[in-house]
Amino acid sequence: MAEKHLYEIKNIETSFRTDGKMFKAVEDVSVYLNPGEIIGIVGESGSGKSVTMMSALQLIQEPGKVTGGEVYLDGSDKNMLSYGPNSAEVRKMRGGRVSMIFQEPMTSLNPVLTVGFQIQENIIEHLHLSKEEAKKRAIEMMKMVNIPDAEERFTYYPQQFSGGMRQRIMIAMAMSSEPSVLVADEATTALDVTTQAQILEMIRDIAKKTNTAVVIVTHNLGIVARFAERIYVMYAGGIVETTDAERLFENPEHPYTRALLRAIPRLDDDRDRILIPIDGLPPNPALRPEYCPFYDRCEYHMDKCKSQKKPVLKELEKDHFCACHLTEAEKALKKAEIEAKPVKKAERAVIGDEICLDVKDVKKYFPIYKGMMRKHIGDVKAIEDISFRVRKGETLGIVGESGCGKTTLARCIMRVYQPDSGEINFNGVDIAKFNDKQMYPYRKQMAMIFQDPFSSLDPRQTAESIVGESLLIHKLVKTREEYEKKVDELLRMVDLDPSMKNRVPHEFSGGQRQRIGIARALSSNPDLIICDEPISALDVSIQAQIINLLEELQAKLGLTYLFIAHDLAVVKHISDRILVMYLGRIVEIAECEELYSNTLHPYTRVLLGAVPVADPKVEKTRERVEIRGEVPSLTNRPAGCPFSDRCNCVTDRCRKEVPKLKDVGNGHEVACFLYE
Amino acid sequence: MKDTKNIKKFFKTVFARKVTIINAIIVLLFIFLALFAPFVAPYDPDKPDFAAFLQMPSTAHFLGTDNFGRDVLSRIIYGTRVSLIIGVLAVVVACAIGTVLGMIAGYFGGWIDDLITRLMEAVRAVPQIILAMALTAVFGSGIKNLAIILGISSMAGYVRMMRGQVLTIKQADYIMAGKLQGNKDFRLMFRHILPNSISPIIVMMTQQVGSTILAEAGLSFLGLGISAPTASWGSMVSEGRNYLMDNPVFALIPGVCVAILVISLNMLGDGVRDALDPRLRGEA
Repeated sequence: MAEKHLYEIKNIETSFRTDGKMFKAVEDVSVYLNPGEIIGIVGESGSGKSVTMMSALQLIQEPGKVTGGEVYLDGSDKNMLSYGPNSAEVRKMRGGRVSMIFQEPMTSLNPVLTVGFQIQENIIEHLHLSKEEAKKRAIEMMKMVNIPDAEERFTYYPQQFSGGMRQRIMIAMAMSSEPSVLVADEATTALDVTTQAQILEMIRDIAKKTNTAVVIVTHNLGIVARFAERIYVMYAGGIVETTDAERLFENPEHPYTRALLRAIPRLDDDRDRILIPIDGLPPNPALRPEYCPFYDRCEYHMDKCKSQKKPVLKELEKDHFCACHLTEAEKALKKAEIEAKPVKKAERAVIGDEICLDVKDVKKYFPIYKGMMRKHIGDVKAIEDISFRVRKGETLGIVGESGCGKTTLARCIMRVYQPDSGEINFNGVDIAKFNDKQMYPYRKQMAMIFQDPFSSLDPRQTAESIVGESLLIHKLVKTREEYEKKVDELLRMVDLDPSMKNRVPHEFSGGQRQRIGIARALSSNPDLIICDEPISALDVSIQAQIINLLEELQAKLGLTYLFIAHDLAVVKHISDRILVMYLGRIVEIAECEELYSNTLHPYTRVLLGAVPVADPKVEKTRERVEIRGEVPSLTNRPAGCPFSDRCNCVTDRCRKEVPKLKDVGNGHEVACFLYE
Repeated sequence: MKDTKNIKKFFKTVFARKVTIINAIIVLLFIFLALFAPFVAPYDPDKPDFAAFLQMPSTAHFLGTDNFGRDVLSRIIYGTRVSLIIGVLAVVVACAIGTVLGMIAGYFGGWIDDLITRLMEAVRAVPQIILAMALTAVFGSGIKNLAIILGISSMAGYVRMMRGQVLTIKQADYIMAGKLQGNKDFRLMFRHILPNSISPIIVMMTQQVGSTILAEAGLSFLGLGISAPTASWGSMVSEGRNYLMDNPVFALIPGVCVAILVISLNMLGDGVRDALDPRLRGEA
């Protein structure tokens, strides 16, 4: 061994058994860490990033098995994998020297024990302190992760904390055993952007203070660009490229990394940038080819890639490794070739002057009842004072964190809910008070695309009947032939092969299912489509395909979109105008470029600052806006401006009065007293 | 094509256990007896033979004769028909009414839900046998009545299960998608909710056939079920217990038949449940 590292995983190989056959989930993966270093492992789902980390800690369970490799800790020569998974040595490493935080803060804490007890237990186990000392340390740890009133909260149960707070407690617990390595496996994926930024920044601070090495496992390139110093890119169970963050983003070597960077939307993009999706799907782990696994999707591929075995990592320059058969010269040649290819410029939809949707003062409260007699004890003030207009052919992006009322708003417009007051003028008709029967003719004019392509399609129906249902309900086709023809046409429109129409949803991949969902939305030939987080459940390389499809369809069919998302980069890419919501109110509406270049509302500034950009250079120069606290619950919203208790520019007036949305010129509307 | 593959896979998992195969064979045997009773039974089950009453088992009468000289074996074979018909019919009635009521309760909620749920709670509060006794007293007995009565007295379970299923499935996005497409309530219920909630109902049906047969035997034993002279296992036990000294087989064998059929049906039901439940199969 040339160099000793703090933590080293060498040539690890893990296999899973399905249907009696073993297949390799990860193969020949090596990762190392030095003290205090923050590394990132990025890859799509199924690329093996979590499996690698879990294998090293021997957390892989049947039907999986670590079939090869070595793990060294603290520069020792003893291979940790040679101990049994339940041996004292491995247990000491797992949760002690190497701690792990998982994605779901809701399920990783035991709900029947207090959080204090759970942290204390970990301390006693690993540091062998007495109960009192352990309690003292536990409170110290809770203070370190910025939990206010730590002494009091020590006796709280997990459900008394929000998701972000629980993740903090997980971190407190993970750090309590003085680990030298902290593995954060998609630790912030389930959290809102502002909370995500808070947590990751905190992890970085703690790591630097205590000289703990951190592994950030994520699918989000922005996060690694902002936080990681060295990055491993994984694809199909192997590492394809690794180097330090700056070089990776500035000078990506592997075709997969290059393709990925061309496919993801960025916050600092021009409105006109075209996303270039990666064709195809990641290979099924059971059917991975002998040759380079990226070959079938690679733009650079040459004949020699297929005839040779899977490429191994080669050092191109110091500390920059890449697994590709092509030489520099060949890559440069190919790159020029690819860049010379004409990119299909997405047509812009023509925005008409006609108003498609005009929402005025919409309010929706959900009553809270208590007791036997269903006494009305309060309201969840989901949305209030919502007014905006959408023109025909326009895309309005709606952004905000979870609980800000964006889904409630969408459901009011779709008339799943009846708004308590206000008007919803759709093509000039106020549908706010319509009953089901009156709504019926309007149903075909509006459609919705859902977030989760797994639960939004009826598992017992074939693709054909899912897509064709509206045609039958609204009697849009007269004969069987016309029906068949229309279904085929719809499937072709979303780039699906009509010959697959007799399959049921679980036989399709996530991206294909979302295409079926889009085809269903298009089937009744609607004017307005509400897209509720349509791409957030998809893998990064698939997202670009769907975004491009949506844009293309809009241009072709003159659709109007309401695009709801929490991913600001995506919203920015697709929207003409953006509406920002916070705690049930609109805080800002502006043209896309205007909003990003001339951000007015303090909340919008915070929100934009929290989104990481997939470029470390840009990240360094960006202005950071600190944000205090967490999103309050809708039942005890602050009086006055909803953002007043977290705002940096708060005045007395903000705490008493609610600011109204005001036009400050350029169609830029903002609800803040600063601009009056 | 995919369907046949699934069905094949289903049967493969059901019959992976040897016990289930044995149970299935026993149940099939009873079904065979019921279907081909006229060909299998050596005598006419209802024809008295006063020259030979209460005989012990012999080569002429394998299980002896009863107090009217009727062949016990033939009566048991014909009794299989009654048991199976009532068992299956009652379950079909219970499932048909219960599923629809449960779906309506779960789908619409509000006062409709309250009404149906309270009503079913009231039905469940009375033991099934007592309820069935009261109903036969009012409507009279006979195979058809008995099937309907036993069905009604056991439908509360279906209502409850279906309601629970609908409440979960109603939350799924595809139901909302269906509503937004303009599906009418009943189309949504029967086309989207029902197919997605039916598998636990099927399991429940297979498990209920056994207990319904037991209930029918109980009612017949009490003289409230099938009226004479039609042969039924329950009434045979009832009649036979007076002649235990003369021909013990007369009361014993019908009882044993009830026990074997009910146990086999229940275990088959368990097999089906395990096969349909992916958690028990260790897949998901």
